[in-house]
Order: sequence, then C-alpha cells, then structure tokens
Amino acid sequence: MTRVHDSHAIDGKIAPPDEMFDVVVIGAGSAGLAAALTAARAGRQVTLIDEHPVAPALIGSDVPLWFGGRASAAVQAPERLIETLVETEPLIAEAFEAGIDVRLGTTAWGLWRNRDGSAALPAAMLGLAAEGRSSTAGFGTLILATGARDCALHFAGWDQPGVMGALAFQTLVLRYQAFAGRRVVVLGSGDLALETAAVAREAGIEVAALIEVRDAVQGELAVSTGVPVLTARAGVRAEGGLDGVERVIVVAPDGAETVIACDSVIMAIDSVPAIELAEVGGAGVTTVTRRGGVVIAADGPQVLPGVWLAGAAAGHCPTRVAALADGAAVASAALGQGGVVPPVEGGFDRMAYRADWLRALVAHSPDTTPVCQCEEVSRADLIGVQPPGYLPRPEPMQARSLETLLHDGPPDAEQVKRLTRAGMGLCQGRRCREQISLLLAMAANLPPQAAPRGNWRVPVRPLPLGVMADWDHAARMDAGWDVWFGIDTQWIPYQDIGTEAEQRHLSELGGNMHL
Amino acid sequence: MSTHYDVIVIGAGVTGLSSAWWLARDGLRVLVLDKGVVGAEASSRNGGGASHYQSPLFAEEQRLWPMMDDLLGYPTEHRAERIIISTDRHEFDHYNYIGDMCVAMGWPVDKIDGDTARAMVPIAGDNCLGGIHLRFGGHANPQRTVQAYAWALQDLGGRIIQHCPVSAIETTGGDVSAVVTPRGRFSCGALVVAAGPQIAGLLAPIGIEVPLMAGRAEMIVTEPAPLMALGGVDGNGLYGRQTLRGNLAFGGGPHEWIDTDPAGPRARPTTPLSRSLARRVAELFPRAAHLNVIRSWAGIVENTPDGRPILDRLGNLVIATMSGVGFGLSPATGHAVRDLVVDGTCSFADIAKLNLARFAGIDPGWRASAGWLPLEA
Repeated sequence: MTRVHDSHAIDGKIAPPDEMFDVVVIGAGSAGLAAALTAARAGRQVTLIDEHPVAPALIGSDVPLWFGGRASAAVQAPERLIETLVETEPLIAEAFEAGIDVRLGTTAWGLWRNRDGSAALPAAMLGLAAEGRSSTAGFGTLILATGARDCALHFAGWDQPGVMGALAFQTLVLRYQAFAGRRVVVLGSGDLALETAAVAREAGIEVAALIEVRDAVQGELAVSTGVPVLTARAGVRAEGGLDGVERVIVVAPDGAETVIACDSVIMAIDSVPAIELAEVGGAGVTTVTRRGGVVIAADGPQVLPGVWLAGAAAGHCPTRVAALADGAAVASAALGQGGVVPPVEGGFDRMAYRADWLRALVAHSPDTTPVCQCEEVSRADLIGVQPPGYLPRPEPMQARSLETLLHDGPPDAEQVKRLTRAGMGLCQGRRCREQISLLLAMAANLPPQAAPRGNWRVPVRPLPLGVMADWDHAARMDAGWDVWFGIDTQWIPYQDIGTEAEQRHLSELGGNMHL
Repeated sequence: MSTHYDVIVIGAGVTGLSSAWWLARDGLRVLVLDKGVVGAEASSRNGGGASHYQSPLFAEEQRLWPMMDDLLGYPTEHRAERIIISTDRHEFDHYNYIGDMCVAMGWPVDKIDGDTARAMVPIAGDNCLGGIHLRFGGHANPQRTVQAYAWALQDLGGRIIQHCPVSAIETTGGDVSAVVTPRGRFSCGALVVAAGPQIAGLLAPIGIEVPLMAGRAEMIVTEPAPLMALGGVDGNGLYGRQTLRGNLAFGGGPHEWIDTDPAGPRARPTTPLSRSLARRVAELFPRAAHLNVIRSWAGIVENTPDGRPILDRLGNLVIATMSGVGFGLSPATGHAVRDLVVDGTCSFADIAKLNLARFAGIDPGWRASAGWLPLEA
C-alpha cells in the first residue's frame, strides 16, 4: 500500500548535509591534533575543526571559556589571532603539512542523529558555523576532542571583570597571547592550579598567591618557586572598581583577613569535561566524581555509532602527553587499527574537592550573592526557588522553597532552572551549572555523585538567528509549512462545526488558522 | 493497602493539574499521579499562547486568565492581547480573514498597517505589511503556570505523586473503582484521565478506544531583546512570545509523527528544523537577527483525528485531551472537567461536540489514511 503523505509532516524535508567528511575531528587541542594526525597518516581524508579564535562578542559573554573580561584588544582582530594560534601550536602547522583540512574559527554547535523520538534525518550531521554562515556536515567518523571548560563557583565579588577560569587564562596566555592582567591570585592548589601558576610565571605574569581551603597542597606538580601558597583558608572575596578586581581578601579560620592586591582572580579549582556535542547527539550521561562530574556514559571511547570521544572531553588526560597519546589511540581505534588502551582513572575525587571549596565560599558570602550572573539569580532565590525580580512574589510564592519541592521528589535541576531562571542566560549556564548542581545536592543532603544534572541543548554555543538560519533549503522546508499540525478542522469555531460556515472556512483557510 | 480519594487525576500536565485544582476548590479529596514530574511534557514546552477563539471554552478562559495569579497565588506571567504580523500578501489576507471571523464572534480585532505594526513591534522590519491586533487573547509562561497549578492544588490539600505510573485501571460494575501503581492501589470515586499521549494506552485495557496520535514539535529561544509593549507576536508561520525577560521563544513548521510508549517519550530530540525556525524568526524580526539563539527543544503532543479536544464523561470516568491546544485554555478546561465530575455537565458552555462518541466506529486504519504514521527508522 502506498503511504499517504501528510504534507505538514517533516518527512523528507530535512536536507542532506551540505558536505560530507570522511574523518572529522572537533577540537584542535592536544588530543584532537594527535587524532587528526594519526588519521591523516593512516591515509584518511581528515577535517580538523576548531572554534578558536572565538568571536570577540562570545569572549565577552564567557563562551566557551570563562574569560572574565580579561582578554586584551588583540582578540578584536581574529585574522591576526589565527596566525598567533598557528605560531603557538606547532602541531597545527604539522596538520597543514599532513594535508589535513584545518578549519580554525569554525564552531561545531550541533549534532543531530536519528534516535528514539526522531527518524527524520537523511544522515547524522553536525551543525557548523564560520564567517557568519552556518552549514551542516555529515561524517564517516566523528572524533570529539572538545576538551574541558571552566568550573565556576561563586563568592562575594565574583561577578566583576578579572574573575575568570583557569582554562580561559591559559588559552588567553598560551594560545591567544591576549591576557590583559599583570598580577593574579589563583584559587586552588590541585594540578590545574599549579599548572596555571607555572603558565603565568613563564609568561612573566606575577602570581601573588595560591589559595587553598584544604590543609595541604592538593596537586602532584611542583609549586612554582617563589609563589606563596596559603592553605587551610576559610574563604575569599574579591573587591575592585570600575575595571574589576583590585584585591582579594583571604579569610583564615580564626577570621583574620589577608588582603592581596591583584588584577585577576583565576579560579583553578577544577575543570569540566566538554560533553555538549556528544550529549545533544543522544549519548547518555552519568556522574563520575573522579572524572570531573557529568561525563558521557560509555564502555569505551566510542560513545555513539561513528562518534568517538578523546582527551579531556572524556574526563581524563590531565596532561598534554596523556592527551596526545589518547587522541592517537582513539583515532587508531576509530579507524579499526588498534585497540584502545583504557585511560588510567585519576585517584582524586574532583567533585568532593569542588564541594569543599563551595562550602567555604558559601560560608563567607552573603546569600544575596548572584549564582547565575546572566539572569542575576541570587543564592537565596535559587534555594528559595523564587521567580525573577520582575515577577510578583505573593505570600504563597514566598512560602515555597527547594525544601517544599523536595516533598514531591528528588531535586530536579531543570525544574529549578525554569522556576528561578538560573542557568537560562546567554552563557548557557557555563558559569553556574556545576555550582547549581552542587548547591541543590547540598540542600537535599545528597552526595555530589547524586547531584541533579542540567542538560545541554542545540545550539551548544550561542548563535545569532541570522547565522543559524538555513537560507539555502527554504523551498524544501516551506512546502506544507504550517504554524501547528496543519489539521484544518482543528481551528473551526465551535459553533460552526457541522454547519455551512465550516465548509467556507475550510475552503478559505485550510489548516493554517493557528493563533 | 488501599487509599481512597474522591477523585484521582492521571497526568500532572496543565490539563490534569488545572482539573485537580478546580476539584480541590470544591473541597474534594484529590490525588494526581504522574509517570514523571510535574509539567515535564508538552505542558511546559509550548508557546504559551492563550488566544484560541475556536474553542467553546474560550470565553471562560478569557474571563479567568486575568484573575489566575490571584486565584492560584503564584505568578503565571500572563499578558493580554496579541499581534499577528505578515511579511507576505497571502499571509496578510489569510490573517485578515481570521480577524474578520473573530470580529464576527464578538472578539475585537484592529487591522493595522506596516507602520503601526513596526511601532508596536520595533524588531519588525521594512518587510512587514501590517497585520491584525487582537484586543483579546494573550499568553503566559507555561512552566510557571503548570507549577502554579501544582502548588495551588497542594495549598488546598491536594496530593501529587510524581514518578508513579498507573499500570492498571480497575472497574466495578462499569465504573472505575481504583488505579494500580508501583506505590500501591488507590481507590477513587471518580477518575480523570488527562495523560496526554498516554491516554489511549491507559484506557484501552478497560475497553475504551481513544483515537490519538503523538507528534513531536520543535521550538527555539533567543537571548533577551528589549522588552516590547506587547509580547505576543506571531506571523511568518510561527507561534511564540517574547517572555517578560525579553527572550524570543518561537516554534512552528513540520512535526514528526511518533510512536508512543506507555512510559512516555524516551527522548525528545530536535533536528536541523531549528535552522528553518531561526530563518523565519529572522525574517519576521529582521531587527533582531543578531540575537543569539541559546536553546532549542522539542515536545510531544497528542492529536485527535479532527484536532479537537475530547472532554467527555463516561460513568465516573472523565477523559480530557486538548489535542495539542491545551495550555492557553487550561483555566477553563479545569473548570469544565470539574463540572463534568461533580455535576455531570459543563455549566458554562456547550461542549457536546467534544464527546468521544464522535469517533465511534472510526476506521482502525485512520492514522494511515491521514498519513499520520511514524517514519521508518
């Protein structure tokens, strides 16, 4: 029997990908470069995509890293930055020489696949954007080497220029050569913090102090000589002026305060695996505290059919050497040329460490401190599940809180997000989702591994309407386009049902009568 | 173990919760059961529109919306009125016909030219031909509203149990006597089934066939734009709203028919359709084309063969599906369901044509005949 066609349905309307890649690697960090080079040397056609240099507007919005308003004017000239990126990463030149199609300044913002709930796609495809246009790309093998992003925790004064993430700092210093600060205080003393201090020192940036809430230095790397480490501190706050941070006040357990002059505070307590693309592509997620929180649930590096995950995006490979090795190994496995060596799981409980820091920061900041900067949601309103300031708070509303919600079931990050708007802003929750998750877990007396998770949605980077827009396939998609389901009888005024007027409306309007 | 309630409602969506709230206002002991959490499905994933002139419930909806914040005790973000603007002549004429139809029904509509439209909708462009200004209807925040119903119900002593799917409905002498769940058996004096796409699967075992087909629909949302005086703006094949925060949230375009699972949708994926939505929003609002899209999402919606609700009482069972147009009408739907449960008939409107019997004897192959079939995986 011939299938009847519903002209308003999506059947056949999603265009095939604009281009097809044999092997495509997202992320030109260590793991991605190693993966791309391995695949190219195995004779494959390889495309390597990296979003850096990121558009200045995104840097200002703390996407994809927490740049904290400390990028110099150099980021205003992306074409110059491309040269800098190539100069500062020798493997990029190697990739060009190996015949790899290297696309810098190109954002991978979507990954769509047919799966439960949809079979509308002619092929799995990536959403890409470069130079103000977006496009789609299919692939034979997709290796996601998207690295990590910054983990932000709030404290008094964190919502001002100069407070930033360790990965943003390292990117600005090492890859962009565009860091605008001179004297920094580093929060944390794990390997990420120790590495960050070393990067600063190497670049001639003064490190005023490393601050640690635990009793001892947490990392295994050496502490850069001459960098003071203040351990067993109870809390911190930052103060400053129009240009942002001018000093950090460190509080000792006995309440004594130490004032440290600086222009930047680098939060180097932890980083977070950048799982966005894998998650929106349909991969399951799980929380593994030793791998930095929410990671893709998979038995190995293959996380979806034809999709592989390499390097820090998987929640391991803290060093460049490890990331290079993992990228190469994952590419070999993806091409069927080698088994995967299971990465060694780190022994450090990252979420417990984060939680220790968060408890200290919460104890020394007023509950009016914003947790979500984009939507200006305070910690009190987050835990009180109160609506934003432009809505009224009648008495019943004020009587509600996370505690009353917990009577209905376990905390739900998406529900709290919708009610408070925390995490709903332009940075797509990059500066708040980890801390919201931990704050909700703490309030519900749940361990960090049971912290409620928010999810990622396409586009995984903010993308202007005019850029995301598909200007090329309008005719295909417009055929049968209807506001709603195109069911013509749905919109007939009730009193006209079964009358002559119904027939007149149907012939005049068809289905599209939605208001 | 059996716990008795005057009324059990299956489905903590906007229809089920409004119904439960109305019933609790009558002093009845009400229990709402949901397979998941409050408002997790289409009830919180829609455009928030409240302008459904075609419905017999619409006048009551219009009467109630301005009072809902006070009645519920929680903010719904309700705003009155809408504008529909057009960028092509065919659509302009189309909406003018609808405007005339609304005027004939007693709902005031102003026809506006391009300049007036641009003054009201500053992000519209030179391509705007004008449109219709509905001096009725409106929009509200679906997520806040569904939670407001839930909280207001609890404030009246109603009970909601989440993560509690109903596995069986028990009948005695033709009437519903109890429902079975993993949390035990709950007996009831009356049952309201407002479980969206899951209604058919719940009722088939007791011999009631409800013809429904589920579809997946997509939306996108941008970062905030400067607040417009009137946030309910449609056109160019889109429905949506500017939230009070300023975000533009819009949907429209092709749906995908999907199979339903008794446990509910396993996933709600989006597709590159979001790029076509972005194009249409940029065409409708050229002066907002620079705004960043920050999220997209999909919702699963149930539809009846004629797209009209089923609001009907069979014995002590009330079936309530709004066929994909449930959010805006919800204040009145709950009232109608309350009336059906308590009085046996709707007190404020004739809803006889929304009965289930209109589908009696429907061809079992109706989905295939309409082309409402899932795609081959």
